[in-house]
Amino acid sequence: MRDMVVEATVRALTRAETTLPNWVLRRIEEAAARENRPLARHHLLFMLENVLIAGEDCLPLCQDTGLPIFHVQIGRDLKLNFSLAEAVAEGVKIATKKIPLRPNAVHPQTRKNSGDNTGPGMPDIIMDYVSGQVLRISAFPKGAGSENMSLVGMLNPADDPFDFIVKNVAERAANACPPLFLGIGIGGSFDMSARMAKHALLNMDGRPEDREEQNLLDRINALGIGPMGLGGDTTALGLRIEKASCHTASLPVAINFQCWANRKATEVIL
Amino acid sequence: MSEHHLHTPLTKEDVLKLRAGDVVFLSGTIYSARDKAHALIRREGSPISLEGAALYHCGPLTKNGLVLSAGPTTSGRMARYTEEMLGQGVRAIIGKGGLPAEPFFGKAVYLAYPGGCGAAAARQLRVLGVHLEELGMAESLWVFEAKEFGPMIVAVDSQKRDLYEEVRVSEKSRKTD
Repeated sequence: MRDMVVEATVRALTRAETTLPNWVLRRIEEAAARENRPLARHHLLFMLENVLIAGEDCLPLCQDTGLPIFHVQIGRDLKLNFSLAEAVAEGVKIATKKIPLRPNAVHPQTRKNSGDNTGPGMPDIIMDYVSGQVLRISAFPKGAGSENMSLVGMLNPADDPFDFIVKNVAERAANACPPLFLGIGIGGSFDMSARMAKHALLNMDGRPEDREEQNLLDRINALGIGPMGLGGDTTALGLRIEKASCHTASLPVAINFQCWANRKATEVIL
Repeated sequence: MSEHHLHTPLTKEDVLKLRAGDVVFLSGTIYSARDKAHALIRREGSPISLEGAALYHCGPLTKNGLVLSAGPTTSGRMARYTEEMLGQGVRAIIGKGGLPAEPFFGKAVYLAYPGGCGAAAARQLRVLGVHLEELGMAESLWVFEAKEFGPMIVAVDSQKRDLYEEVRVSEKSRKTD
């Protein structure tokens, strides 16, 4: 079983780095067909061409092969007699050499690079428990351009969370490789809001946005920031909101930015 | 909006004729540098002459001297070094997300390569050499030979036009409408 986890990690990372999920490609294609600004349309078409080239050459579509973040769904009835974290880390080390990946993981202060994309706390594994005997592992390599623009705001409960989101997306989008996918966490505590925002990205699968999500997405696209921040109708391609109860005196709001290259691939082990 | 096919080293005349919104394809030698290389150049000087250079904000993925993926990184992190780099003769800075326009006035341009398009960029680049290799793959100063590297958009020209700023201004005017 441990070997299967290591191999699934390598396979998931390989697919995540060299292809994009079909629903992501569809959203880029649809946006290109709708886009009124020629420069913006050309950017979207070049992005699609880049994905084709990456697929042909089996190479990472972006040189920022990201931080290794994984979403694991594990059945409550499953018992593992090995460390899942260590098995995934081993897979990351193998994938770094094999694909290959750019070594990105460094010590936060000395900036010393481990050379294999692992280190204290890396890979980051986000676990969800599900019923039965299940083990699914998704690779979600996260680039720094979009992650660097992400933020948590501890709002006054009298503030409008959507105004806060639109204002910050307007200021930050150009650096995050738009058109964006946005994971939003509203409520909970300081750190819960950030985890919900990441989780919202992990759970994006192409299903249509609900009315509240769509209204916010429409407001963001009305900003006119466009692909790469150079103007256009397409600023964001997807948005998902997760919510949790929060303290009556608090309103945490987190925005996790994701670039147009919304890379994710899932391997089913059990 | 016109299309230009330029060759490095770039002259002042080459870049003064470029206008915001123009499309550029660049051939010849270009240098990659990002956070650590900039800091080191500030401390110890550049290992190469930057006269007429095109400086690419990029941390490539390479293997055995081959470019595998090499799109642009966010230029904003290097904004604090713009004047120094242009002062050493750099005529074009390539990246994504933009830089303040003021230092480019009358002497240089900022070119935006489509972000995230590392696989496409890799087909247009070849490794000629590497400096500051001790900084690691992403942070080294790579010497590339570019062949029709592009499409790049002139996002900041030498006449104080800044496409990113124009988008931000039109955003604000929409809000007050």
